[in-house]
Amino acid sequence: MGRSDTSSRPVVTGMGVLAPTGIGLEAHWQAVLDGKSGIGTITRFDPASYPVRLAGQVPGFSAGDHLPERLQKQTDHWTHLGLAATGAALEDAGVRTGELDEYEMAVVTASSSGGTEFGQHEMERLYLKGPAWVGAYQSIAWFYAASTGQISIRHGMRGSCGVVCAEQAGGLEALGQARRLLRSGSRLVVSGGTDGSLCPYGLVAQMANGRLSTVANPHRAYLPFDADASGYLPGEGGAILIVESAAGAADRGAGPGYGTIAGHAAGFDPPPGSARPPALRATIERALADAGILPSDVDVVFADAAGVPEDDLAEARAIAEVFGPRAVPVTAPKALTGRLYGGGAALDVATALLAIRDGVIPHTAGTTRPRADYEIDLVLQEPREARVRHALVLARGYGGFCGALVLARPEPA
Amino acid sequence: MNQFTVDDLKEILRSSAGDTEEADLDGDIGGVSFDELGYDSLALLEVCRQVETRYGVELSGDAVAEMPTPAEAVEYINDVLAKARI
Repeated sequence: MGRSDTSSRPVVTGMGVLAPTGIGLEAHWQAVLDGKSGIGTITRFDPASYPVRLAGQVPGFSAGDHLPERLQKQTDHWTHLGLAATGAALEDAGVRTGELDEYEMAVVTASSSGGTEFGQHEMERLYLKGPAWVGAYQSIAWFYAASTGQISIRHGMRGSCGVVCAEQAGGLEALGQARRLLRSGSRLVVSGGTDGSLCPYGLVAQMANGRLSTVANPHRAYLPFDADASGYLPGEGGAILIVESAAGAADRGAGPGYGTIAGHAAGFDPPPGSARPPALRATIERALADAGILPSDVDVVFADAAGVPEDDLAEARAIAEVFGPRAVPVTAPKALTGRLYGGGAALDVATALLAIRDGVIPHTAGTTRPRADYEIDLVLQEPREARVRHALVLARGYGGFCGALVLARPEPA
Repeated sequence: MNQFTVDDLKEILRSSAGDTEEADLDGDIGGVSFDELGYDSLALLEVCRQVETRYGVELSGDAVAEMPTPAEAVEYINDVLAKARI
């Protein structure tokens, strides 16, 4: 089952983060360890007339700091975030794209909403003025693959390109796809994802599932696994990761990187009302088997942490069934950012790799009264020092998607 | 009236497609291909769309093919505007 040769696992060599917790990997990590929340009143539009008025927004982001004017005008906010994160990730990895075969560099990102803010603007022109007033760039700015395509064009990456649309689970599936591509000829994959759908059209679309919190207090609105859990808040941003084949990373002297992708599995829930259980437990078990490790080899679980009581219960059950009651530390730093959809799981992967690097498990800020019937060891109040050999990242996407990704410490270079 | 100039074209390009890094739009660009200026066919489609809504004319579907350079674009568009006035 597992691949016993751990030295051939894909290596994460660079990460770029733009999140409500900050711009830049270390700014994000410091905010997470400090429990500093990026949740606040939505400022990208006036949310006064909407039941959901809070979100996680990237502080101080200006597309002009990262992108030439032409790219700014022709793409959506979510693509701006993705391009900026990609630039940071490539720099972090020390990749000089001009020295690599353009057909061996691939791009696979996750997107949940596409370019809704750009799209809303053009739809307003459509219904207020007519079809002739819809700009030509709507054709390339709105759709889910736009960020992947623009990353590919900007950095001259002509290998396999794709986008995964699996709501919050997308970031893990993108990394799973990156691993497949590295096994079939690619040497470097730009992966992860961003989302940025904090416009009226985007927010209303998200509200339709009835799971967003309408609590007005930004410190009490999104409390995963808490007795007062009332749903989740949306957020923007995410993380882009540079994933390379072990041979490719060694060939260019990239060093050991942040860690390796040791195992991955994807699942899909049975339809509502089915007698079959949710897919999460079996998905975790398959990811561990894929990594060739036992539950006792995992030192932290980054939970999906929906903040919706029945979903929190289902996740706590799945974790307790695989690992035993309160047998493994569980955390949800996404309480500081809201759920970032296409960017969410990718950001969790970045945070998990930093936990491995620094030997510290960040806490779940905000949650103070975890429900007693959730048999998980939720890390609360402050970060916990721990040697992390393997981190398990879980993600579920609305509609039934679920994924599990096992990260391992870097192999000696 | 309604003479379309290179300056009108530059203004549309700057406001819709965005300024170019490949060349100085304020220089003598009349004979430089849009390709060399860094504008693709989508940028030209947007120029056509804006000409249509600003001047209330209709450009043919293959108008983009008739305008490889700014000078030829201006000439083509003025041609259309002149016919519309007849």
